[in-house]
Amino acid sequence: MKARVTVTLKNGVLDPQGKAIEGALTSLNVAGVKSVRQGKVFDIELAGTSPEQAEAVLKDAAEKLLANTIIENYRIEVGAD
Amino acid sequence: MKAAVVIFPGSNRERDVARALKLVSGREPTMVWHADHELPQGTDLVVLPGGFSYGDYLRCGAIAARAPIMDAVRKHAAGGGLVIGICNGFQILCESGLLPGILQRNVGLKFLCKDVFLKVERSDTPFTRGYNAGQVIRVPVAHGEGNYFASAETLEQIEKEGRVLFRYTDVDGKRDAKWNANGASNAIAGVLSEKLNVLGLMPHPENHVEESIGSTDGRGLFAGLVAHFAQAA
Repeated sequence: MKARVTVTLKNGVLDPQGKAIEGALTSLNVAGVKSVRQGKVFDIELAGTSPEQAEAVLKDAAEKLLANTIIENYRIEVGAD
Repeated sequence: MKAAVVIFPGSNRERDVARALKLVSGREPTMVWHADHELPQGTDLVVLPGGFSYGDYLRCGAIAARAPIMDAVRKHAAGGGLVIGICNGFQILCESGLLPGILQRNVGLKFLCKDVFLKVERSDTPFTRGYNAGQVIRVPVAHGEGNYFASAETLEQIEKEGRVLFRYTDVDGKRDAKWNANGASNAIAGVLSEKLNVLGLMPHPENHVEESIGSTDGRGLFAGLVAHFAQAA
């Protein structure tokens, strides 16, 4: 089963990298960019589990390692092909 | 003072800190591998050195914080044992939950490698008894992710509890954004755990312990620890 965990910075947490990317897009004349926040995507393959089990496993993975919940939020999508 | 220095894959300041410990305490520290499950018997002080453990993959210190030896370090700290994390070691302590907050990318995005001034906020801890409260010391920093961040509530709590041990200031001990180059919240350079026995700091006191380098301002930290254990013995 395929799944995806997306980790993003919480609102209000400073993102210097996002700011730099935002500045670079502006200097490339990409029009209409108001702001950029950088995050991470983890594509994970799980050995034959039910969607419910997969959700639980990924929550465990996100809490234990993938995200630092002091500054980051995470979102789990199961069965994303 | 029986010190143990933990080596992770990608640590690179372990010999600097081992050299400083030997020089000041007269005793060679034991080097401990990250995959070990136990610290040497009778360890007084655990040091997590600087470097780039696991290539800074995922987040700085995130993977090292989950290494087998960290359970032993947690146990040591829970029993009141002293722990210091320097630079990457500080990042590892934050990621392991032994210290509050997290170290983020420097505000200017640049890797900073230079001397900074630190104000020693209090001298009544085992880590700073070699200094006077309010003393300003000059030590080097070398990091890309040293921008200390914690929630507003956490910052309020650690300030109230006197857990900010070192702060970036100017040469006179005054806070100034210009001298807080990585953008750390409240100009925090070093922070203590709730029981004041775990210290994390971004700068490298171990690199300023010899006259030939031009400064011995870092020596007080190691000398203070030696005095602490000499008194305890």
